Parts: sequence; structure tokens; C-alpha cells
Amino acid sequence: MELTGAQIIIECLKAEGIDYVFGYPGGAVLHIYDAFYAQEDVQHILVRHEQGATHAADGYARSTGKPGVVLVTSGPGATNAVTGIATAYMDSIPMIVITGQVPKQLIGNDAFQEVDSVGITRPIVKHNFLIKDVKDIASTFKKAFFVATTGRPGPVVIDIPKDITAEKTEFAYPSSITMRSYNPTVKGHTGQIRRAVEMILSAERPMIYTGGGVILGNGCEQLIDFTRRLGYPITNTLMGLGAYPASDKQFVGMLGMHGTYEANMGMHGCDVLIAIGARFDDRVTGNLEKFCPTAKIIHIDVDPASISKNVKVDIPIVGEVVQVLNDFIKGLEATEQKPNASALQKWWQQIDEWREQDCLKYDRESKIIKPQMVIEEMHRITKGDAFITSDVGQHQMFAAQYYGFDKPRRWINSGGLGTMGFGLPAAMGVQLAHPDELVMCVTGEASIQMCLQELSTCKQYNLPVKIINLNNRYMGMVRQWQEFFYEKRYAMSYMDALPDFVKLAESYGHVGMYVDKPEDITAALEEAIALKDRAVFIDFITDQNENVYPMIPQGAGLNEMILV
Amino acid sequence: MRHIISILLENESGALSRVAGLFSARGYNIESLTVAPTDDASLSRMTLVTSGTDEIIEQISKQLNKLVDVVKLVDLTEAPHIERELMLIKVEAVAESREEVKRLVDIFRGRIIDVTDTSYTVEITGNGDKLDAFVQSLSSISILEVVRSGLMGISRGEKALG
Ligand SMILES: Cc1ncc(C[n+]2csc(CCOP(=O)(O)OP(=O)(O)O)c2C)c(N)n1
Repeated sequence: MELTGAQIIIECLKAEGIDYVFGYPGGAVLHIYDAFYAQEDVQHILVRHEQGATHAADGYARSTGKPGVVLVTSGPGATNAVTGIATAYMDSIPMIVITGQVPKQLIGNDAFQEVDSVGITRPIVKHNFLIKDVKDIASTFKKAFFVATTGRPGPVVIDIPKDITAEKTEFAYPSSITMRSYNPTVKGHTGQIRRAVEMILSAERPMIYTGGGVILGNGCEQLIDFTRRLGYPITNTLMGLGAYPASDKQFVGMLGMHGTYEANMGMHGCDVLIAIGARFDDRVTGNLEKFCPTAKIIHIDVDPASISKNVKVDIPIVGEVVQVLNDFIKGLEATEQKPNASALQKWWQQIDEWREQDCLKYDRESKIIKPQMVIEEMHRITKGDAFITSDVGQHQMFAAQYYGFDKPRRWINSGGLGTMGFGLPAAMGVQLAHPDELVMCVTGEASIQMCLQELSTCKQYNLPVKIINLNNRYMGMVRQWQEFFYEKRYAMSYMDALPDFVKLAESYGHVGMYVDKPEDITAALEEAIALKDRAVFIDFITDQNENVYPMIPQGAGLNEMILV
Repeated sequence: MRHIISILLENESGALSRVAGLFSARGYNIESLTVAPTDDASLSRMTLVTSGTDEIIEQISKQLNKLVDVVKLVDLTEAPHIERELMLIKVEAVAESREEVKRLVDIFRGRIIDVTDTSYTVEITGNGDKLDAFVQSLSSISILEVVRSGLMGISRGEKALG
């Protein structure tokens, strides 16, 4: 039977097992919306701004591992989606973004609502397509999903001119696809793996450093097995939190700019660094010239271009994390050699000394709410088992430092691009994917206002997300830098003219709460969580002067932290 | 150091801009770039001349390989190879300079492919140095226009990219 291009798009999404599409209609995609109207298999979630659609799809993808799907119209629809596409790109999140385009014969004519979507998004996608023939829709979707979800994942944009969505053709979805120009490496090089295992076992001061790649590659089980066998210390990046249980004694905390003293000192002092699915981002390494001065480095990544990009490594291994870690484990089992117990014991002694620094201490007796108190209390009440999304700023770092993630895919934040406005729409995507789970969005009064309109989406779809607004009346992270590096000249970082967030939440049909005393934190959180089918906005009035510690100033090495 | 990177890529609209965009976005320099379809119309062959440290060249190769449109890639400068460039050059040719130009063209094994009362257009191929040398040898002649194709390259021996 012949189907229209629009119907074919729906059939492709069905064939890929897609249950939600996040989108916003407009002229160029009206045929596609008409096709949505006629079916119930794929549910369309109407956001209030296209940026929200991309972040929601992103949150869905991060929390499930399945690709998120976005549908927007041409021109402003596509440009509004750009921030969300870049956010997904920087964190390697699988996502399909369908952008409407003006009819084929108008392309290039500066037609109404025409932009070169393929050109605009080219540097922020894993790949993109402009479909020029209705017959190519099915194969393009197959390719798009294949590219987005395999290797190092990433967003793929499919730009579809309006006329094509009305034309008809036979529909057949390809059952498999091979692309001569794209086939990511799966298995690590055997010789390299053997050399790596030898190096790992010869270590006296080892450190395992893992990033978002372990979570994206679903390698957490293998990582835990590997790490426990060795008894080595492990640190996670901001993107990698939850890959290894934070409550485990081998975990030394997050590393990097706001990492723990023990993690950063351990990195600085180690003799063998085992980097897995991490990309040596500048927020992690600090000054490259001072990075891991005594370490031999093993780097495992599915993306060859990540290896030796910032830091020259000694043993590169390209492959999928699960495969490589399984090979490591086999290698450990096959050899007589064991980790060097006496060296390791000394190393742990050293790490424990660093731990005594208690770098995450803060004034727990404060009469003003400290942001850390709220996060710690969230952890206690939820037993560390909630899905936590965040925006960008101090609150994000506090959530990362104090929540203690024991499971992967629970910590959902924009690490690479650092996109304020991510938290709330991402929480919607997470909540849709996990209707019975608790989803909390940790935010600040500046960030939340960047995608605030999505409160309306939460109402429409009954998404009971809990918004934890750590309201310090400042763009706190900006203020902190100004305090440290600009002699307290607080240029434009004060948040003036704030709305009454309680009334605001109520006007959207949600529950609003105002909390300004430490002793009220627990009751407020418990009450909010008990409201299982309501979205709740808690406005916590926090200490304006609190800073995130430790901090590595720009240009400093990992051992040069500013401590509290 | 200068490197010549030869790339087979899908002959699709946008493929060229992906390569060019990669270079500008990551701050790599392109000295020259040539591209045309091959005997297989679905593929284009691109020759790209760039320079940088070994680390930068390694990154360039990896980043190019990562582009979904790139099928295959080789750094020709890693092994014996042949380089060629085509130049079309229009010079003033009047009075005694007419003979002079003709003589130089012969020495450089070029060809005069268009003639007017006052000008010659010369075609000449070779590696970049040879073309530079030819232009230099014309120092006393007035050059009206120079068009260079940019470098193309192929490896020596039977090994082929494809
Ligand atoms: C879209 C965007 N614009 C600007 C920034 C720069 N920026 C980083 S943190 C920050 C302040 C965030 O303030 P708030 O949301 O109140 O969080 P706090 O740091 O106070 O916890 C700003 C402006 C950004 N990350 N994203």
C-alpha cells in the first residue's frame, strides 16, 4: 500500500520502537502533524518552546539509553532547537531531530521560515540529512537511528521538505543497514589489551578514572566487577557519576574543577591511570602541563578521535566499553599475577589521609539554609534512588558532590555544553520514561527561568516532577568567580526582580512551597514527595555567599585546589 | 610539516562542507583542496594539503575519519607518492617577450594553449615547486592571470585507495 511521506515517518518511528516524540507544530510539518492525529502508537508531547523539546528528548534518552525523538518546524522551530541539539552533541546523547523544511522548489529562495537547517546544525550533530525524495525517507530514518545510537552516540538531524511529506510511495522499513563509510570499532585490540592488563597489575599507585562513556555504553556492571577485583580506587567525572556506586569505599568521589581532594590528589599522584569512556575535558584535567605527572596512561574509548586528543596516552584501546572490560576481566582471570598488595595498602593509606581533609565539609549548624543541606536531605529521604536532573551553576555542583549516586542514568545534567535551562524539560523526559519513579530537578533561580514555560507542559501531561530551586538570588557560579577572580565586582550576577515562585507555580496549576529555615527542609521535601501526582516547586531560600569547594582555579594543576 | 591527505568520500551534497567546516571549526589550516568524482560516480576523491605537528595531523586524520561521509583516507606523505598540480597562466606576449615565453614554456615542458596578438595562455603541470619555479622564471614578463588547481596526489606502487 502506498503511504504519504508523513505516514511513512510515523511508521519509521513505530518500527524503531519509539513511544514519545517531543515537538511543536508549524507550517512545514503540518502534514506530519496530521499523520500524528490519525494514530495512537506514538505519543506526541507538546512542549512550550522547541528548546524544551530537545532537552526533554535528551532527558528521556539519558535515563533510558534509548534515542530521544524531536519534531520541529522549519526556520524558527529549527533554530530554537539548536541549543538542545548542541547540548546532546557535547554529551554524546542519541537523539533524532526531525526538522520541517520549506518545499523543495523553494529551497534557497529565502522562502518564508526557511533556514539552512543542515548547515546550521552541521557542527553540532553526529550527522545530518536533507531528504529530497519521498522514496528515501525510510532508508534515511534507518541510517539516522543507526548512526545516532551506535559507536559514540550523538544527535542526528533529518531535514524534510514539506512537499515530500505529502507525496506517496510504497513503504518498507529496511530490516538492517550497512554503511560503507560508517562502521564503529567494537572489539579492542588483543595485543593492546594484554599489554594493558600487565600494566594494570604492575601498578603501585593506580587510579581508575571513568566518564559518561561507561554509562552510555552500558558498561557499569563490568566496571564494578573489574574495579572490585582489583581493589583500586575509582573516580568518576561529572558525566560518569553513578557508573560506580558512590557509597562504595573504593569510590573517591568526583574529580576535576570541583572534585574531591582525594580524587584530585589521587589523580595527581598515581602511577597508572586507567581512563575509561572519558575524554580528558579541560574541566577535568586542569592545566595539562601539570596533569598526572607520574602516570602511565591507558585509555579506552569507542571514539578513536578522543584518544590522545588532549593528553598523550601510553596504551590506547579503541572499542566498546563492555567488550574491552570483559576482555580485561578475562585477562585478570587468566594470569597468575595479582595486584601488588603491599603497594596498594600504602596507597590506600595515603588516600585515607587525603580523605581526612573532609573537603566537602560545610557549616551544618547554619541558621540560613545551606544548599548542601537540601541535597544531603534529598539523598537521605530518597535513599539515593531518585532521578536527579539539574541546571547549570553552583546547584549543579552541589547536587553532583552531595547526592551520592549509586546507580547509572540517575544523574541527568548538561556537562559538556553547560546549558542553563536544561533541568526542567529534561526532568519531563525522564518522568515520561519512568512514570512511577521520583524525578527531581535541582535548579537555581536564574537557570529555571530559562525554560520556565515548560511548567505548562508538566501540567498538560501530569508530570509530577519536583523542582528544587536553590534560590540564592545570585547567578551563584558567576558570583563565585567574581568573588575569587574579579575582586568581588559582582557585575550583573545579582538576580533582581524575581517572581514569587510559589504563586508562579500555582498559576500553572502546581503546588508551590517556600522554605527559608533549615529545620523546615525535611518536612517540605517529604510533603512534596508524598504528593505523588502533583508537580511541586519548592523555593529554598539559601545562603547567598556559599561557594563550591574544592575548586581548581583555571590554569592550576589538580593538586592546587582551593579548599574550604 | 606539510601533509597530503587523500580522501574518498560519499559524493553527496554537503560532504564537502563537512570537511571544510571541520577544518575551520577546529582551527586546522588548509593549504589547498581539490575534489572531483571518481570513476565510481557515487564517490568523490579529495586531496587536501595541510600542515601541523604529528599530533595535529593525527587528530585531523581521526576527525576526518569520524565524518560519516568519509569512506577512506590516507596520508600520502607517509609513503612514496606522486604529486601533481595543473597551472593555467596568462602572460603578456609582445615583441621580444613572445620568444622568451615560448622558450621558457619549452624548458618547463608546458604548452601554449591560447594565443592572441598580445598574450599567451600556458598550461603546465608538475609538483608545486616546479610551478613556483616557472612563475619565478617569468620575472621579466608581465603576468596577467594565474589559475592553479591545487595539488593532487597518488601513492606509488600497486597499492590503491579504493
Ligand atoms: C545558557 C547559559 N547562559 C549562561 C551561562 C553561564 N552561567 C553558568 S552558571 C550561571 C549562573 C547560574 O545561576 P543559577 O541558575 O541561579 O545557579 P547558581 O549558580 O546560583 O546555583 C551562568 C550565568 C550558562 N551556563 N548557560
